[in-house]
Amino acid sequence: MKSTFAGLILFILVVVASDSVFVVKETERALLLRFGQVVQEDLQPGLHFKLPYVNTVRKFDARVLTLTAEAQRYLTLEQKALVVDSYAKWRVVDVMKYYTNVTGEESRANNLLSQRINDGLRNKFGERDLQEVVSGQRDLLMEELTRELNLTVAEDLGIEVIDVRVKQIELPLDVRSSVYERMTSERQREAQQLRSRGNELAIGIEADADRQEAVLLVEAYRDAERIRGEGDAMAAATYAEAFSKNEEFYAFTRSINSYQESFSNKGDILLIDPENEYFKYLNGSEVQ
Amino acid sequence: MAWNEPGNKGNGNDPWGGGGRGGGDQKPPDIDEVIKSVSRKLNSLFGGGKSGGSGGSGSGGSGAGISSGLLGAAVVVLVLVWAVSGIYVVDEAERGVVLRFGKLRPEVVQSGLNWNPPLIDQVEIINVTRVNTRSYSRDMLTTDENIVNVSIDVQYLIDDPVQFALNVRDPELSLDHAAESAIRHVAGGTTMDRVLTQGRAEVAAEVRERLQRYMESYESGILISQVTFRNAQPPDAVQGAFDDVIKAREDEQRVQNEALAYANRVVPVARGEAQRIIEQANAYRDEVVARADGEASRFEQLLAEYEKAPRVTRERLYIDAMQSVMTNSSKVLIDVESGNNMFYVPLDKIIEQGNASRVANTPALTPQQLREIAEQVSRESNAAAADRARTQSTTRGVRP
Repeated sequence: MKSTFAGLILFILVVVASDSVFVVKETERALLLRFGQVVQEDLQPGLHFKLPYVNTVRKFDARVLTLTAEAQRYLTLEQKALVVDSYAKWRVVDVMKYYTNVTGEESRANNLLSQRINDGLRNKFGERDLQEVVSGQRDLLMEELTRELNLTVAEDLGIEVIDVRVKQIELPLDVRSSVYERMTSERQREAQQLRSRGNELAIGIEADADRQEAVLLVEAYRDAERIRGEGDAMAAATYAEAFSKNEEFYAFTRSINSYQESFSNKGDILLIDPENEYFKYLNGSEVQ
Repeated sequence: MAWNEPGNKGNGNDPWGGGGRGGGDQKPPDIDEVIKSVSRKLNSLFGGGKSGGSGGSGSGGSGAGISSGLLGAAVVVLVLVWAVSGIYVVDEAERGVVLRFGKLRPEVVQSGLNWNPPLIDQVEIINVTRVNTRSYSRDMLTTDENIVNVSIDVQYLIDDPVQFALNVRDPELSLDHAAESAIRHVAGGTTMDRVLTQGRAEVAAEVRERLQRYMESYESGILISQVTFRNAQPPDAVQGAFDDVIKAREDEQRVQNEALAYANRVVPVARGEAQRIIEQANAYRDEVVARADGEASRFEQLLAEYEKAPRVTRERLYIDAMQSVMTNSSKVLIDVESGNNMFYVPLDKIIEQGNASRVANTPALTPQQLREIAEQVSRESNAAAADRARTQSTTRGVRP
C-alpha cells in the first residue's frame, strides 16, 4: 500500500511539474494569461514557468506568413478588366493586439487582411491605366499599397505587412481571344511585309538582269554595226581606188560579170533578137 | 531533414511542431510523453514489476531491497540512453541550428560529430551547399499587351540556415510566390519581341536581381544563385502565325535567291549573245574587206593586161561572158520585126515547166524539150509570118 501511495504522489507531482513548465520557441510569440486575463505579454523564446491550471499560455506563430489571394477581376482607369492574383507577406508584431483584436487566429487575420488588400488593389488599379499597371508603376503601386496598409494594420490587427505583390496580371478569357487575334494579325502583317519585301527585291534583281541583257545586246548591235560600217568603208575605199584607174573598163567588166551571175540558171529564159551583136557571126561571117 | 526537401510542402510547415529532429535517426519523444512513460515505468516498478499495474498487489514489502537496486539500474540506463541519443553527425555540406528550450543558441553547429543534450536542445540540420532548382512556366502579359509563355529555372541555395529555419514559414513556398511575381513583373516591363528573342539574358538577370531583393526583404536565408531562361514562346493559339513569320523570312530569302538565279542565267547568256553579234560583225567586215581586196586586185591585174591589148581583150571578155550566159540559161531566138506583128510565145508554160522540173528536182529544161518549144515557137512565128506575107504581099521573113 505504501509504495502504491508513493507512486501516486510521484505521478501527481510529475503531472503538475510538466504543466508548470513551457517552452516558447524562437519562431513563436506567447501570451501568459491568468484566468483569461493577460498578465504577461510578448514572452520571449526560452523556458518559462507558470502556475498549473491558473495560468494558460497562448502561442502565436511569429514568422513571416503568407496570404495568398484568389484571382479577382479589377478594372483599370480606362475600364479594362484584369484578372489579378496577389500574395502578401505579414507577421505578428503586437501579440497583445493580435490576441485581442483578431483572437489570435491566423485564418481570421488572413481574412481581414485580404479584404483590405483587395480594397486597396481595387483603388490602385482604378487610378491607373493598363500600361502603368502592367509595367510602368508596378513597383510604385505595390509600395504605396504596403505603406497604406501598414498605417492601419498595426493598430487594428497587431500585424505588419512586409510585402504585397501581384503575381499574375492577366486579361480575362474573353479578352484573351481577341488579344490572340490581334497578335495573329500583327504576325500576318509582318509575314506579308517580309514576303513582299522579298518579292520587291526579287523583281528588282530580275529587272536589273533584264536591263543588263538588253543593254548588252543593244551595245553589241551598235558595235557590230560600227564594225560592219568600218568594213564597208574599207571595202568601198579599196574598190574606189582600184576601179577609178579605168572607170569605163570597170563598168564593162562589172557588167559582164553581172550578166554571168544573173543568167546562171536554166530557168532563166532569154528572148533574144538575133540582131544582137553577139550573134553577128550567126547571120554571116563577112566582115561588117 | 525531410521537412526542408524542395517540393515537399505537405509536412514542411513547421519544422519544430512535428517533433522531428533532423540529425539522428532516432526520434526524441516529446517532454510530456517522456515524463508520462517514465512515470509509467516508475509506477510499474513500485507496483512490484507487474505490467499493467492495476493497483492492489499482494507481495508488497518483501522485495523492497531488490526494487531500489532495480530502480538505480533503470535510472543509469535511462541516463545513458538520454546521453547517447544526443549524439549526431553533421555532414560537411550541412549546418545545424540549435534551439535550447526554444531559444536560439548563437553558435551554428559545424560539420563533424556533435552532441547536444536531448529534450533540452533541438537541432535543425540544414544543407547549405546544395543547389536546388525550381521551374516556372506561365503565360504572362508583356508591356505591349501581348501574351507570351515564359519558362524560367531558378537555382538557389540556403545561404543563412538560421534565417531559413526561423524567419519564414515555408520559405520555399515564399520563393515560388516571389519568383512568379518577379518573372511577371519583368516580363510586364519588356516588349514581347525582346522576351522572345534577344532580351532573354537581360530578363533573366533582372528576374534574379529582383527575386533576390524579395527574398532578402523576407529574411528567408535563401540565396538565388542563378536564373536561367529556359524558353519563351508565344501561346499555342498564335503559334501558327509566329511560325508563318519565320517561313516568310525564309520565303524572302528564297525569292531573292530565285531572282539571283534568274539573273545568273540571263546575263551571261546575253553576254555570250553580244559576243556573237560582234563576232559576226567582225566576220562581215573581214569578209567584205577581203572580198574588196580580192576583187580590186583581180581588176587591177586584168586592167594591166587590158591596157596592153584593149580591143582584143575586150572582145574576148565579152564573148566569154556571153557564152557563159547563153550556156547556162534557156534562150529563145525571135527573129521578127518587133512591134510589127503578134505572135504567141507561151512563156507562162515554159516557166511552169521550168518550175515543175525544178520542184521535181530534175534538171531544168531538157535539151529536147527546149528544142520542141523552140520548134513550136518558130513554126508558129513562121506560119504567122507566112500569113502576113500573104495578106500583105511582102517578102519579109526570116533573114537570110
